[in-house]
Amino acid sequence: MTALSNFITGLPILSLVTFLPLVGALFLLFVRGEAEVVARQSRMVALWTTLIVFFLSLFIWIGFEPGTAAFQFEERVDWLPQYRIGYHMGVDGISMLFVILSTFLMPICILASWEAIEKMVREYMIAFLILETMMVGMFCALDMVLFYVFFEGVLIPMFLIIGVWGGGRRVYSAFKFFLYTLTGSVLLLVALLAMYFQVGTTDIPALMEAKFARDMQYWLWLGMFASFAVKVPMWPVHTWLPDAHVDAPTAGSVILAGVLLKMGGYGFLRFSLPMLPEASAYFTPFVFTLSIIAIVYTSLVALVQDDMKKLIAYSSVAHMGYVTLGVFGGNQQAIEGAIFQMLSHGVVSGALFLCVGVVYDRLHTREIGRYGGLANNMPKYAFAFMVFMLASVGLPGTAGFVGEFLVLTGVFQMNTWAALFAASGVILGATYMLYLYRRVIWGELTKADVKEMLDLDRREIAILAPIVVITMWMGIYPLPFLDVMSESVAALVNNYQAALKAAGETQVGAHLGEQLVALLR
Amino acid sequence: MTFELASLTPAIPEIFLALSGMLFLMIGVFRKEDSTQLLSWLGVAAMAVTGYLIIRGPETALTFQDLFIVNGFTSFAKILVLIGAALTLLMINSWAQVAKTARFELPILVVFATLGMMMMVSANDLISVYLGLELQSLSLYVLAAYHRDNTRSTEAGVKYFVLGALASGLLLYGSSLVYGFGGTTAFAGLAAAMHGGEAHLGVVIGIVFVIAGLAFKVSAVPFHMWTPDVYEGAPTPITAFFSVGPKIAALCLFLRILVGPFAPMIEQWQQVIVLISILSMLWGSFAAIAQKNIKRLMAYSSIGHVGYALIGLVVGNEEGARGLLFYLLIYLFMNIGTFAVILSMRVNGKYVEEISDLSGLQKNHPGMAMALAALMFSMAGIPPLAGFLGKYFIFVAAVNAGFVPLAIIGLLASVVGAFYYIRIIKVIYFDEPGAAFDKPDAVNSAIMGVCAALMLVYFVVPSKLVEGAASAARALFLG
Repeated sequence: MTALSNFITGLPILSLVTFLPLVGALFLLFVRGEAEVVARQSRMVALWTTLIVFFLSLFIWIGFEPGTAAFQFEERVDWLPQYRIGYHMGVDGISMLFVILSTFLMPICILASWEAIEKMVREYMIAFLILETMMVGMFCALDMVLFYVFFEGVLIPMFLIIGVWGGGRRVYSAFKFFLYTLTGSVLLLVALLAMYFQVGTTDIPALMEAKFARDMQYWLWLGMFASFAVKVPMWPVHTWLPDAHVDAPTAGSVILAGVLLKMGGYGFLRFSLPMLPEASAYFTPFVFTLSIIAIVYTSLVALVQDDMKKLIAYSSVAHMGYVTLGVFGGNQQAIEGAIFQMLSHGVVSGALFLCVGVVYDRLHTREIGRYGGLANNMPKYAFAFMVFMLASVGLPGTAGFVGEFLVLTGVFQMNTWAALFAASGVILGATYMLYLYRRVIWGELTKADVKEMLDLDRREIAILAPIVVITMWMGIYPLPFLDVMSESVAALVNNYQAALKAAGETQVGAHLGEQLVALLR
Repeated sequence: MTFELASLTPAIPEIFLALSGMLFLMIGVFRKEDSTQLLSWLGVAAMAVTGYLIIRGPETALTFQDLFIVNGFTSFAKILVLIGAALTLLMINSWAQVAKTARFELPILVVFATLGMMMMVSANDLISVYLGLELQSLSLYVLAAYHRDNTRSTEAGVKYFVLGALASGLLLYGSSLVYGFGGTTAFAGLAAAMHGGEAHLGVVIGIVFVIAGLAFKVSAVPFHMWTPDVYEGAPTPITAFFSVGPKIAALCLFLRILVGPFAPMIEQWQQVIVLISILSMLWGSFAAIAQKNIKRLMAYSSIGHVGYALIGLVVGNEEGARGLLFYLLIYLFMNIGTFAVILSMRVNGKYVEEISDLSGLQKNHPGMAMALAALMFSMAGIPPLAGFLGKYFIFVAAVNAGFVPLAIIGLLASVVGAFYYIRIIKVIYFDEPGAAFDKPDAVNSAIMGVCAALMLVYFVVPSKLVEGAASAARALFLG
């Protein structure tokens, strides 16, 4: 086993994991035959490709050295020497687990689409495989242009996935998703160009070393914020998310909630905090305010939804509010909590969308009122749904608890009020999730068509069981996850605090009211 | 003044192309049957030979009393123009098989227009600029009005002719002012006569007139009015030619004039170019939203693209020129590829041009749908397609030169632009499938396939092509 592991990690493993899905997609282009055969083969090829990619990506974790904050598995090739852009890949404790998250969710998505997708199966699978390349590449990229390419390249497959295989107002939602994200992204591009102009390179480690003038930092930070805030999404630029979720096919929603939203949080951690510490500190109250509004407001909105997917979409905005809160908390617990929250939300919200998909496939409606009493005829389903629901609520012993708890602990140390308001979101979260669960699972089984619904079949169990296990594992024994990230986070926090001290910045967030006034002025 | 045969050497590619054009004319006149297809093939061959002659010719040379210049920059620009023209001729060839109206003059006019463009690019004196420009324009006037029995085409031709003549007049008037106050028409002499930017007001006015004339030729706002009508009225392969050849030639000429003789006046002309660049980007993006005809849409799209390219001009340094040239290179293939698709939009032997006609593409021609989608995403500037790199280099140059607001406006305009490009993708992939097109012919399929594939290949290995554009830009600033 170690021999195999050494061999695999000796390969350019990150590029392999990134581009293997693309090879699968190319292969699919050349599948010929009857429509039925092509569809079947496309499913198989996509499933095997994503499984192999997942398997390979596990070796990144196995070979990962947790005792250092440095980038590992680095690869560097000149790509555009004239503009000093390199193909530079590498992972550290912050990005590595996101790679695993992406590769883990992919085969599940393919399986979840096994029967639900009937038209243009080949194209669907190609879109998903390209999407995987873009996602993994984005988390591995250590050059800002490369990062941007993957970051924005995600738009193409996702736009098509929502628009072609979605339901409802799919065209509207696809356009909204595309244009919202693109608008944010081009402002990130401006920031990126300005940083290149200052430093003369787009290499991320080099940019982390660079110092930017204070005034410049503010503008750069805002440019990046425009992009990452839309991706996260933060209130008030979150409105594309419920639409996109509702109209996307189930697997599209899973990837959207599971990975795409994390790109924003990851961007804050990779760029805003280490490269622009003073601006990050300056805008912390602003981010806190938006995060708290997101947590409280979208939780309330979630409470009144009749559409299951929309409810979970709003809950995502609220949960991502903890992430932004934690990221800008700026201390070890808060940032570790934010990363952990992203990972657990990636798994849990993905699973919740899969749960919605299960009943949607049977009854073709997402209206909460159409269900009720499913515990009677779908006990396995009720159990799986319960685990994810409780994880989403943040029950101790599930994945959701660790992240929220760490974030709140970290934030409490620097701003009691922010922690207080954010904690109220935990209660609201419990309210809307339990309310959802009560309406769908408990109660009398009265409706005729609901009575006829069958429990999970083998494929669905195969999809949900691993996630149940992971959810419990992350909740009961989160150390393997935290261990991996702790050195990188510690380095990030040290550099951040040192930069603030050097700049004479006061304790972050200690003067929320003042800065808010200054900001509004 | 003695005439030496050796002084012709730098102009051999042009001379060859001119002679081939005349020969083609003879063939067309004296051959009994219709020679359109034969001549378009011969035209492609002539372009290839001309391109070869350019590559094998002298790297830098001045001739005809410094009226004519050859250097790395002119060669690069000429190769681009020749590629555009050759691909156009291929499309004319396949178009002529279907359209009954094709006549042998069509490829010949393209050859002469190309010759004019090459002259423009190599001009080193305001007189030779005008010479090349007029040869190009006169050929294009005829091409625009080619469907002489069609009112729209005739209207387009007349409109183009009247406005074009006006623009030529403006340019000529500007040149005469520059000559009057600068004392010479030679580029080298003019640069000296600018006195480091302290020239007479008359020169400034002259420069503005010259810019207006050239802005018309590249269809920059506010001199763009002819573009949608001409694009719609002209036969599709000719529209394809309109969208690349004259644009590339005129932009390269623009670049040569502004960073050459007028370089000391950068303070004066920069603000003008900033303005027309912003207007072109915005108008190209917003006006395209309402279009239903795909050729009109492409007209607005090209206006927008010219706006981006002009940013490279605004910057006015080597980095800007490099960005501009690389942009043109990518723009050339994006546009030709798209027009190859438009040329394949045929239902029962009749050409259709509505965007909604594309709705059957995914179901009936999945390959073509994929190619067009790649081209549209590239036009919108979404990575990982080459259009993104083109925009990236332009905006790098702008930000490095301190034009951050211009870059922001440009990027936001590109978001608006993205809207109408992805609307085409929506029609292809999201809408209910419509009628199938006739089987596209091999040449068009090959062109669109190659162009779409290039959008990806460029991206994977861009450094060679960037190096080509970079050395051309260096040559421009060396002399």
